[in-house]
Amino acid sequence: MKVPIIVDGLRVEIDQGTPIINAARKAGVFIPTLCYHEALKPYGSCRLCMVEVVHDKQRRLVTSCNFPAEGGMEVFTDTSRVRQIRRMIVELLLARCPEVLMIRTMAKQMGIESSMFKKREANECILCGLCVRFCEEVVGVSAIGLANRGIDREVATPFKVASDVCIGCGACTYICPTGCIEMVPDEKTPRLRRMKMGNLTLVPCTNNYQCESCPREENFLAEMKNVITEFRSTYRRFTEKK
Amino acid sequence: MRGKRLQQIRTIADLESLRESILQKRDSGKTVIRTCISTGCRAKKSVKIIDGLRNEIRKHGLQDQVEIKKTGCHGFCEMGPILVVEPENIFYCRVKPEDDVDIVSKTIIDGNFIKRLQWKDPGTREHTKYERTLPVYIKQKKDISFNCGKIDPTDIEDYIASGGYSALGKALATMTPAEVVETVVASGLRGRGGGGFPTGIKWRICSAAPGDIKYIIANGDEGDPGAFMDRSLMEGDPHSIIEGMIIGAFAIGARQGFIYVRQEYPIAIEHLSIAIQQAEEYGLLGKDILGAGLDFTIKIDRGAGAFVCGEETALIISIEGRSGTPRPRPPYPAIEGLWGKPTVLNNVETLGNITKILSKGADWYSNIGTDNSKGTKIFSLVGKVRNTGLVEVEMGTTLREIIFGIGGGIRKGKRFKAVQTGGPSGGCIPISKIDMPVDYDSLRDAGAIMGSGGMIVMDESSCMVDLARYFIHFLLFESCGKCIPCREGLKQMHHILTNICEGLGERGDIETLTELGRFMTTTSLCGLGGTASNPVLSTIRYFRDEYDAHIYNKKCRAGVCKNLFEYYIDEELCNGCTLCKVKCPEKAITGKKKKPHMIDPQKCIKCGICYSLCKLEAIRVR
Repeated sequence: MKVPIIVDGLRVEIDQGTPIINAARKAGVFIPTLCYHEALKPYGSCRLCMVEVVHDKQRRLVTSCNFPAEGGMEVFTDTSRVRQIRRMIVELLLARCPEVLMIRTMAKQMGIESSMFKKREANECILCGLCVRFCEEVVGVSAIGLANRGIDREVATPFKVASDVCIGCGACTYICPTGCIEMVPDEKTPRLRRMKMGNLTLVPCTNNYQCESCPREENFLAEMKNVITEFRSTYRRFTEKK
Repeated sequence: MRGKRLQQIRTIADLESLRESILQKRDSGKTVIRTCISTGCRAKKSVKIIDGLRNEIRKHGLQDQVEIKKTGCHGFCEMGPILVVEPENIFYCRVKPEDDVDIVSKTIIDGNFIKRLQWKDPGTREHTKYERTLPVYIKQKKDISFNCGKIDPTDIEDYIASGGYSALGKALATMTPAEVVETVVASGLRGRGGGGFPTGIKWRICSAAPGDIKYIIANGDEGDPGAFMDRSLMEGDPHSIIEGMIIGAFAIGARQGFIYVRQEYPIAIEHLSIAIQQAEEYGLLGKDILGAGLDFTIKIDRGAGAFVCGEETALIISIEGRSGTPRPRPPYPAIEGLWGKPTVLNNVETLGNITKILSKGADWYSNIGTDNSKGTKIFSLVGKVRNTGLVEVEMGTTLREIIFGIGGGIRKGKRFKAVQTGGPSGGCIPISKIDMPVDYDSLRDAGAIMGSGGMIVMDESSCMVDLARYFIHFLLFESCGKCIPCREGLKQMHHILTNICEGLGERGDIETLTELGRFMTTTSLCGLGGTASNPVLSTIRYFRDEYDAHIYNKKCRAGVCKNLFEYYIDEELCNGCTLCKVKCPEKAITGKKKKPHMIDPQKCIKCGICYSLCKLEAIRVR
């Protein structure tokens, strides 16, 4: 059922229950996010996509990636409260990953020169979980997962040993927003590729992180499908020969 | 163990006739010794005491006249092991294994009291003879924990004899599922796990959710430091939780239930397993319960010790077999929960309330408590109070009544400073709010939460900045690490607080902490992150002067943060007993016998040995 909702004063018709972020994208309103992808289930970890929603005379802050749109809802994506939250998240991320180009670009856009927080790390992974979820939900392999909890949380293969489950499709490299997963040819079997994490290889975005107008994003699924089938067949041929 | 019961309870008449036959078999004049075998008393050798008593009774040939009943937690855990002799209701505490000879020969045979085992009021030094006159118990209102300490948790017949499963019988025989839901709604019961969501509304949403398969889960994943009311309930009265679950299953239409218990609670798991097995043997779990056509089974699921798994969505994911991390809501578990099916998740204490509501009625229940918080609540009162243990009071009882009335005030004559309620995500309430009634709303307004009901009392020797740092440190490793505000925010908070405690605090730190704390509260993914900043925000709100003293004067008046104070000896109070000088590991204390001593601040490592040893309190902090 199509219902009307208002995003920043723009009226859009959208299926009831679809996430607000999709409605906003349809209206051409940009909501920044680091962990949302249309092909994946909402995860709600980056909190960057928070917006203010007025519905039934109630005003509340919600994450637009998972909050379902309902008729008569009014969404505000650029209030001072929302901007303050985004700023704080970027400040925190800048303290975690000061070297990651994408975070630096975002900070620059918000006018942040240097993080207000003193504890600095040199991480590259922001733990958005895109690679893990893509590997599980789209590729269907689950070669990597999120290990440990709290500040020790990290992306890892089971028991942190090289995983033979990985099919080398490269989806994680492709989807990683910070570019901290690298794809290198395997030394022993050059036809297979290996993902490497922790080596400094930055992939800057050519489109200034405007995902909704990104040509790569649009062709992503089609492209990914080809890549995955190709790699799967290669993998199968390889194992059959053996 | 008894063998498989052939005659199962098929109807409500069966249940009533069984209850009558159990009560008829009972000899009211028989001497019963009730001994606690819950975790606290067991750690103080209560099992050995029971063995000793058995031997003594056998020696005197009294096996037929004296029965020893192993019960759950009596609540007055500090005084454990606790022993009550019925029918006289004689109360003995801090019993040792070597006391069994005296108990049997003096009390059981001669009927005399043993003065050294009686409870002595630390203030008035008066002895209390009977359990019913114990001041700690008189001021409480034991509804939910009534059976704990009274019945044998490993014997279903004892539970049935005390009126157990009659609420279930009433619900199945006289009510429809919708009526059960509306009774719970009318009672005004709110979840006892922390959030305080109305239980009846949760049931109503779940029963209205489409789908044939529904689940009910009891949350026994109690992880707050210093809280143990859920454990005591599971250990002491497991059948009340099972009965509450069956009623819940009937109300929402579930056929499968789970009890999620921490692996660290082995006795709770043991008692629950026995209770489930017995309920199955008696036909109270399984197919066609009490002839009402209700099929329901319960499985125990053991948690692997993650604090975050007490959060409902994380708990559900943990039962599904994945690592416990919360997921964004909506959809709420009542619509889409375990394996995508509508699921009701209640704290074990909430389920303990259900049986009382059903048997005594919603009106009776809604008359207890305050406007928006009904019923009674069990708190675990710990810290620097005289009487530690579990206390059950009516909602709306003041903090003063709980801490000074029941708790007996602060130990060693020190002054009360603050009480931390609601565990690590709770807040600190200062002395100015001591006359505040304890209920969900007033606690929230004071910057704390009800949480599961932990109350940690602190005196003047506790540093509030260090306390906030301790709780943030706990949460730092217990947060799941999924969302940025909680993971990164806690990391930065911990860094700032550690700096302040080490004397490296700077101007602007308090403002950063406040801003960060408010940000975490509004943006975190789950309840853990949403309340994680409470210890910091509440201590800043009420003890800002301590933060200022740490940052600007570099002083910790409580004498906790080692870089920010030094010990000195008050020359007027010191009588030169040399005790501190002898015990000082660094030989930092000098002085002649019967002359005031001195501490060399260069050598002192601030271990605090002298401070705690000095009986004259001549060693001071500055």
